[in-house]
Amino acid sequence: MSPKEIWIFAEQREGVLSNATLELLSEGQILANKAGYTLCAMLLSADDTNLLQPLYNYGAKKVYSAVDKKLAYYQNDYYSKVISDLINEYKPEIVLYGATSVGRSLAPTIAVMVYAGLTADCTELDFDTEQMLLLQTRPAFGGNIMATILCPNHRPQMSTVRPNVFKKKKLGEKEKGEKITVKVDLSKVKERMRLIEETIEEMDAVDLCEAEFIVSGGRGLGSPDNFFKIQELAKELGAAVGASRATVDAGWIAHFHQVGQTGKTVCPKVYIACGISGAIQHLAGMQSSDFIVAINKDAQAPIFDVADIGVVGDLHEIVPELTAQIRALKK
Amino acid sequence: MNIAVCIKQVPDSDKVTIDRETNRLNRTGVPSVINPFDENAIELGLQLKDKHGGKVTVITMGPPQAEQALRDCIAVGADEAYLITDRKFAGADTWATSYTLSLAVQKAGDFDVVLFGKQAIDGDTAQVGPGVAYFMDIPVITYVKEVEKTETGFKVKRVTEEGYQLWEVDGKAAFTVVKEANTMRLPSLKGKMRAKSATITTWGADDIGAEEEKIGLKGSPTIVRKVFSPPIKTNREIIENEDPKQSVKELLGKLKERKIL
Repeated sequence: MSPKEIWIFAEQREGVLSNATLELLSEGQILANKAGYTLCAMLLSADDTNLLQPLYNYGAKKVYSAVDKKLAYYQNDYYSKVISDLINEYKPEIVLYGATSVGRSLAPTIAVMVYAGLTADCTELDFDTEQMLLLQTRPAFGGNIMATILCPNHRPQMSTVRPNVFKKKKLGEKEKGEKITVKVDLSKVKERMRLIEETIEEMDAVDLCEAEFIVSGGRGLGSPDNFFKIQELAKELGAAVGASRATVDAGWIAHFHQVGQTGKTVCPKVYIACGISGAIQHLAGMQSSDFIVAINKDAQAPIFDVADIGVVGDLHEIVPELTAQIRALKK
Repeated sequence: MNIAVCIKQVPDSDKVTIDRETNRLNRTGVPSVINPFDENAIELGLQLKDKHGGKVTVITMGPPQAEQALRDCIAVGADEAYLITDRKFAGADTWATSYTLSLAVQKAGDFDVVLFGKQAIDGDTAQVGPGVAYFMDIPVITYVKEVEKTETGFKVKRVTEEGYQLWEVDGKAAFTVVKEANTMRLPSLKGKMRAKSATITTWGADDIGAEEEKIGLKGSPTIVRKVFSPPIKTNREIIENEDPKQSVKELLGKLKERKIL
């Protein structure tokens, strides 16, 4: 009997693989080694010419490739039909998807179609080699608690996995793999929806999700005019500007700066929280940052529970001083 | 237009705290509210009704006290409410919840559109909307910000990581709605009065014809093995000085020590 398989959904947009896919392959490799399974990718596209080699390079031994004009972009009916057919035919043990706007929409449909378990937005995966089960750990209640979820009796075990949590690791430039050509027949699937236009917005600041440094401001700023203090420090550090929900709701700064449960999840190398008390809804979006500095007047503020270094003091004094000293340091 | 909105009652997350000694959630005295994202689905439903006429029906699966969340929906303008409650539903994961809700929605009426919040703030799964849509055999579009009715169905604006997509949908459809879509209106005095006296229809597993092996814990592929509190950082350092210059100096020193700067 050939070894069991762990599948990664290879998400491509406009013929480019998502970072989440590459991260998942690297994490999937670790799980595959533990379990003794084969790491595979499933790829849906209009043309797979330039997409197979990168998947091999990040560890896929096999790529199930479905090519059809109708699969050029994510369309839930087409994608879920092709993937559920594949799952029913090849019966993988585990299927992982990036917790992107595509993965988090597609995976729930597939889960109900094939009666599989699905755990959303995992931040930690492990494999129990005694029970031969995937351990899926995820935050709940806005990151207040963590839960480890199992799927004992249904197959496959499926998770969506939060982007930016696992590190991608390329194995080489010319890794070898096997392509399994998937026969696609969508003639019986009625076209009930179609994409008619797509707009990519230009972000006017450093992208929060990609940033190595983030400086965030909260209600402690006191007024919208004080956001410049955050922006100046961010500029000095080459950092992106983040914000708490309170400041966004108050209209001090645009929503795309918001970090937290209802905003973005970030994991920069350094996160500097200024005047943010640390409501769980904010912590949910930033506590997996590599290193956290908190600056707050209130020594009891919950933000200090997740900080590596806490500075107790008035941000209006500390932040400009920090900007000045970093500037001096550079000279 | 016949509009259904599926909602969930959740504990108010801003008021939930964690007991660091027992690693448990302090839920005593924490008020229950309509899931904040569901408010956007309700408002979108009400706006569609304002524009095209029709009826907004709200449906929730939950314990008996979830009735209050339904009454809150009536207060802002919902017309009918269904509470799907049964001990047999206990322990349902998103699979079993999707199955159960889909039966209830289909029994409650023939809807042109079924709306959901983007996700619930307690579980944060975002899985039930697409699940219900599949069981009902209607197309689903997630992360929807705007909905426009067309001759053949709907035109919707979907939010992605990088921007927006415009989708066309034929016939009936399900949408999950993002926060940026709107802000829920406040209840009127008349609405509040109506909410108090409105009849809430309550259905159990038998009423919706649910198969026992597909509901509650039994119908759920996933189980929770353990729940724990994220570890507190124990090696954190606190800097506190009268002089901010000194604090910043110490901070920079520590960052340099760790080769962060």
